[in-house]
Amino acid sequence: MTSREAILKAVKKNQPGHAPLPPQTYVPVEGQDLALRFTDVLTSIGGKVIAVQSWEEMRQSVQSLFPGQERRVNLVPELRNIDIDTSIDHDPHTFENVHVAILKGHFGVAENGAVWVTEENMGDRALPFICEHLVLAVEGRAIYPTLHEAYNQIGNANYNFGTFIAGPSKTADIEQSLVLGAHGPKSLTLFLKETSNTHAHHSYSGT
Amino acid sequence: MKVALFVPCYIDQLYPRVAIATLELLEKLGLEVAFPQNQTCCGQPMANSGFEHLTRTTNTLFIKNFSGYDYVVSPSGSCVLHIKEHLSLYQNNEAAAKIRAGVLELTEFLTDVLSVEKISSRFDYKVGLHQSCHGQRGLKLSQMSELVASDFSKPRHLLNMVEGLELITLDRNDECCGFGGTFCVAEEAVSVKMGKDRIADHINHNADYITGNDMSCLMHLEGILRRQDSKTKVIHIAEILNAGR
Amino acid sequence: MEKNTTNVLDASSFDHAALADKFNADEPRVDWHDKTLWFVREKRDKAASQLPEWETLRETASQIKNNVLSNLHDYLLEFEENARKNGITVHWAANADEHNKIVHRIIEEAGTTHIVKSKSMLTEECHLNTYLKSRGIEVVDTDLGERIVQLAGEAPSHIVLPCIHWKKEEIGSLFSRHLGTPEGNSDPQFLTAAARANLRQHFMTSRLAITGVNFAIAETGEIVVTTNEGNADLGVHLADVHIACVGIEKIIPARNHLGVFLRLLARSATGQPITTYSSHFQRPRAGQQMHIVLVDNGRSQRLGSDDFRNVLKCIRCGACMNTCPVYRRSGGHSYHYAIAGPIGAILAPGIDMKKHADLPFASTLCGSCSNVCPVKIDIHDQLYKWRQVIVKNGHVGFMKRLNMQVMAIVFSNPLIYKVSGGLGRALLKYFPFVINNRFNPWYKQREMPTVPNQSFRGWFRQNRHTND
Repeated sequence: MTSREAILKAVKKNQPGHAPLPPQTYVPVEGQDLALRFTDVLTSIGGKVIAVQSWEEMRQSVQSLFPGQERRVNLVPELRNIDIDTSIDHDPHTFENVHVAILKGHFGVAENGAVWVTEENMGDRALPFICEHLVLAVEGRAIYPTLHEAYNQIGNANYNFGTFIAGPSKTADIEQSLVLGAHGPKSLTLFLKETSNTHAHHSYSGT
Repeated sequence: MKVALFVPCYIDQLYPRVAIATLELLEKLGLEVAFPQNQTCCGQPMANSGFEHLTRTTNTLFIKNFSGYDYVVSPSGSCVLHIKEHLSLYQNNEAAAKIRAGVLELTEFLTDVLSVEKISSRFDYKVGLHQSCHGQRGLKLSQMSELVASDFSKPRHLLNMVEGLELITLDRNDECCGFGGTFCVAEEAVSVKMGKDRIADHINHNADYITGNDMSCLMHLEGILRRQDSKTKVIHIAEILNAGR
Repeated sequence: MEKNTTNVLDASSFDHAALADKFNADEPRVDWHDKTLWFVREKRDKAASQLPEWETLRETASQIKNNVLSNLHDYLLEFEENARKNGITVHWAANADEHNKIVHRIIEEAGTTHIVKSKSMLTEECHLNTYLKSRGIEVVDTDLGERIVQLAGEAPSHIVLPCIHWKKEEIGSLFSRHLGTPEGNSDPQFLTAAARANLRQHFMTSRLAITGVNFAIAETGEIVVTTNEGNADLGVHLADVHIACVGIEKIIPARNHLGVFLRLLARSATGQPITTYSSHFQRPRAGQQMHIVLVDNGRSQRLGSDDFRNVLKCIRCGACMNTCPVYRRSGGHSYHYAIAGPIGAILAPGIDMKKHADLPFASTLCGSCSNVCPVKIDIHDQLYKWRQVIVKNGHVGFMKRLNMQVMAIVFSNPLIYKVSGGLGRALLKYFPFVINNRFNPWYKQREMPTVPNQSFRGWFRQNRHTND
């Protein structure tokens, strides 16, 4: 008998009587200002959140935040005329010298400041982790209250690889002192871009 | 109602004043309380040490002594919890079940059965309430800090009825004192360290007395307090409630 | 006051009480260790209290895990099928040795001798690093805390905070020896940056990465790995081969169940709403090989135990350690097992009862652990039950057994009880030196209770009518 067979046999023999899955009892909380909550949480965990009205505003902001000559990789097509390097090499090691990576996120999660990013946003899977600084853009309405709604949104998508990114990489392994920038990016700047047909200071509702 | 007093073995031998206070308090509240004189021990010290199988005879004795009462009341959270969870008799499970249903620690008996709203007692001191683990987490005598749930405390409810008593706040409301039965000698270093830390919390908040539902915890803390020549003393909650005016 | 003398019962290091005694020789250090971990517990409380539905979440997670255990056979098959469809190679290891062999074979086939590994308690359990090292494979642990203990030649002392027992000055010295940082520098920022630079070299030059798995999803055949540092991702996305090692109990049925578990995991572990990265590996990167090694190592057997199967619900958050007053004052190494604290104490005796017979007794049964556990494992009940099993199997000392038998006799017989009670009190009152001496562990740091003039029953007989 192979180990596989032996394990499966033992599991089948030993598993207890059927315990049903619990009913989904999650009740969403209505009427939150999701963008505000998301901003507060992400800021409290070391991220920087900037609300912008337009891609041009974001472009200018990125330009002023990262003015230097170090390598930037931009995968947000709407950000025109930014000094970018969009060539995606197949070898992830070539991204080691990326100073700033600018990517789109699908949506944010208000309760934990996380942004859902999948392979299709990343160009290369290593990019959001190996860069020195990460910039993400999320369209303002796409903020969900909790991970429950997030997974409903994700559904059964085939993303190959996806990750929730909540702030810059960090560690507190040295006497519980929080240090930003462990192995991954040292900073996360999140641009919350208004969708084009909304006005300024709009309060976001729950959907 | 027929009420029997269950006196933990170490209270019987070393802290009779706690049982006396319990008895007097219940009598003041109008009850006639029986004390089955052939009771010995609930069996917890053996069971918690892994010798549950040696408690059959103590169980038999317990059932013999405490059958036929509406309530069995004891000034000890841990002993009551042990009986509630572990009293069983292989031949006479019905008798055991009846006792398990009616066994109560003193403060929960006062609040839940007698619904006491007034206690005629005065205790002009700063008092720290030590939440003994088995009573708190086992018998749910008060809310535990681990849960996201509403606050309540049966012992605190009763202490608030005592005139002149000032309940101090603590940094850690419900950390274990470190007694733990045979743990107190088998893991002496950790046990004492836990006790010292509990005491420091109470002393830092100026407690004159440390009280609680379990004399075992208080005995352990008292041992350390006296070794430290501390002015802070321990007192069982029954004694405070029975202090009179 | 009596000096704290150590009390080592056996030469080696398999007695929690003896190890804890040594740990407590340095009281300021114990205070520091205790306060540090209590602070993590407080952060957990704060995070949990922000979710009014916290207790419902725990109950939901608990029930999902109960469902998993009751249907594990089919979920494992479902997971394997879906993972294979995703292009992942699935291996099955009956025990630690097979796991190590499988991992080693994959490494050999990849033709490399330098690999990176992110946190995996399973690989600790299997002693993978030692196995590989003895076969010429350099394994670099990339989680900062694990790297620190690796450089120091130690095992981690906590499953989430591996070097919680190290002070920053000590880490500074360690780095100065191994990474060439300036002697005397203990600034966490500086040291972390040094580690970042050093480990970046390893990431860049390693072609094979090993990770653990936080959750394996049956429905989709994907795995989820959570980190704060991004080290698992950096390792995998730069490597040609990814090996993910996972215990068979880590399966959860559906992707949307992650909504429950990811909301509970980081809050329970460190008080964060979520870890920085929660990475879902569904398919290998184009051109990359991905392997999953499913490991039994006693789990299928534990599944069959009504009393002890709940330990398989564990999501390795470490909350039980942070809250345990004994763990905080004895340190992870006192538990002499890959996983320490309350969860370790109910895992280890099932692996090797003789070696770890002491662990279930390293507890006051206060119950705090069970109430912070996000999946409601009845930890303190299992500790009690293990004690019964351990005694039945003869793994307690002769004196203890004798004492208990005497106790049982005394307590079963009212007359003997009364007489011995009286004798005991008399002894303590009139011949205290018999009891108050250095052979009495109670007396080391505590006064004995003062002896009353009479017992309660004595008082009762005098002051009340007999009520028999």
